[in-house]
Amino acid sequence: MEAENARLRAEVEALRARLRALEAAGASADAPRQQPDGSSCTAAAAAGAAAPAAAGARPSRAPPAGFVSPHGLTKPQAERYSRQLLLPAFGPAAQARLCAASALIVGCGGLGAPAALYLAAAGIGRLGLADHDAVEISNLHRQIIHSEARAGAHKAASAAAAVAALNSSVALDVHTEGLTPANAADLVRRYDLVIDASDNAPTRYLLSDAAAATGTPLVSAAAVGTDGQLTVYCLGEDGPCYRCLFPEPPAPGNCARCADAGVLGPVPGVMGVLQALEAVKILAGVGKPLSRQLLLFDALSGRFTTIKLRARAPDCAACGGGGGAAAAGDAAGGTGAQAEGPAGGACCSGRGSGSDARAPRGRMRPEDVAAFDYAAFTGQAAHDGAPPPLRVLPPDQRLAAAELRDRLAAAGLGGGDDRDGAANGASSSGSGGSGDSGGAAGCVLIDVRPTAQFGVMSLPGAVNLPFDSPERFRERHVASVLALASCGAGCAALAAGAAARDGGASGYGGAASATGSSGAAGAAPRGAAARAAAEQAAAEQQRPVYVVCRRGNHSQLAVQELRAAGLREVFDLAGGMEAWAAEVDPAMPVL
Amino acid sequence: MRVRVLYFARSREVAGAPEEALDLPPGATTSSLLDDLRSRHPGLAGVLTSCVVAVNHEYVAAGEAAELREGDEVAIIPPLSGG
Repeated sequence: MEAENARLRAEVEALRARLRALEAAGASADAPRQQPDGSSCTAAAAAGAAAPAAAGARPSRAPPAGFVSPHGLTKPQAERYSRQLLLPAFGPAAQARLCAASALIVGCGGLGAPAALYLAAAGIGRLGLADHDAVEISNLHRQIIHSEARAGAHKAASAAAAVAALNSSVALDVHTEGLTPANAADLVRRYDLVIDASDNAPTRYLLSDAAAATGTPLVSAAAVGTDGQLTVYCLGEDGPCYRCLFPEPPAPGNCARCADAGVLGPVPGVMGVLQALEAVKILAGVGKPLSRQLLLFDALSGRFTTIKLRARAPDCAACGGGGGAAAAGDAAGGTGAQAEGPAGGACCSGRGSGSDARAPRGRMRPEDVAAFDYAAFTGQAAHDGAPPPLRVLPPDQRLAAAELRDRLAAAGLGGGDDRDGAANGASSSGSGGSGDSGGAAGCVLIDVRPTAQFGVMSLPGAVNLPFDSPERFRERHVASVLALASCGAGCAALAAGAAARDGGASGYGGAASATGSSGAAGAAPRGAAARAAAEQAAAEQQRPVYVVCRRGNHSQLAVQELRAAGLREVFDLAGGMEAWAAEVDPAMPVL
Repeated sequence: MRVRVLYFARSREVAGAPEEALDLPPGATTSSLLDDLRSRHPGLAGVLTSCVVAVNHEYVAAGEAAELREGDEVAIIPPLSGG
């Protein structure tokens, strides 16, 4: 270690001396990197005017006599990365390895943004940026690589523009088609390392399988809410893959998405920066990568926790069995001591050419990845966007936003136009002020979105009964709705019971929330007597019921449940609150 | 014997707390603890089908019945997929 440090210091000193000599002579040894071909499109093409061509436009010159970099670094490289070169733990040899290396970043969102910027800043040779999504304003609180001016642009192209502006010497491949089973293995094997910065379970399995099938190290992180996770998969002989840790996918209902559950901006920021750091370590061959360790970040307590993982599982569907490397790992006794030294040298043998022949690590091969149905396996679509619209209700059970506005107004529940008045009426803890579903209004308005969304904005007088699944909605909320519907206008007693049990008025327009099972339990005695009461209530429906949600999917399923329970006058808002904001109340925020 | 259960991500939401202390009978294992947790928090059953369980910061394979000792810390770590 001492000897190595001394050697590096000597090299740095020599480099400095040469730089001083060059500067004194006024020499310019600019030699911009050539951008390798083989990319889907280049940064300049994708990012248009935003991609500066300054460095690339200068003529390439051979270094003048006297400047000989022992590591192949040019003068601009040596100067630009000098703070890393001076670092004993990094130095010119590591920098040269990084400058010759390539990484693919899958997902240019909250994780990919800082990962791409830091890798580019550190001087990686080539970056692939894959994302099929477009920039939205609601991305910008965490996806700091994009900008207001680039809203609507492809995220991969927008990220490329930012990277090119930061470091024009980085070669860029822009993959706006995103990652698919058909292209994953081919895409991954063109790079020395992959970064999983995706936002959904099917892509995480796909990327891990592609990494296992091509023997490519995978730096994986995830962030939702205030939680972050990070580990390095498929590294070395015995590093596990995603399937080794999670052989079964999480149930869709247990797999929170940022679009639904929310995320605190700096949380993916922290995790994405750590991904860049792990990638730099692996590609440059310094330090000890976070392989066989799972790093957990709890933002609220500010705590990092590391969990020690095992070597890859011999029975893993992706990287177990089959491959020669796995057999070697098994032979080593399973507990196989983790590689202590840097793994960078080996993995960078391709030097960014992407043409090195890496072998599958286990039984899964590239053709198996292409044939696997990841959406069916995880029960989820490979994106974080809107689910496809459901069509389960006949058209005569659905209302357009304007129709619902008129009906609510006629029933005494103010629409978007006079929200202030209605909000005032409903703000008394849902206890039956003027215009409340629980009390005086001539109709019942049920909002089945998650309570957090309801808390940000809601229609005046709406009662929040969140829809998780048909079963849970049936169990927790149907009886409450029946009770509200059978209770005529002016009936204030139920308002306190069913509408305001769990926190009273809240929300954009001032409305009531009944989220816990306690809300349902209060209005819904269980057992046979309860069933009889429910049937009776349904038969005596006095007020129509309107059900709204975010996009008009869950509201249809909720209406189905309510109709199955006997209600006849029950309708949903087609297109949900998004349609309401678009057609009735432009001042209503769309989440 | 007393063990601490630490809940991460989705399991924390379902359990309603970041951690809890449980009194277990002698001979309790990770497997019997998970059964206990399923009955204490029915919503956890779905979460536990796909998660990492760690005892004192060390991974325990799914289905493995690792013996627990007084003062052990058991972490329930479901996968996150957002980014």
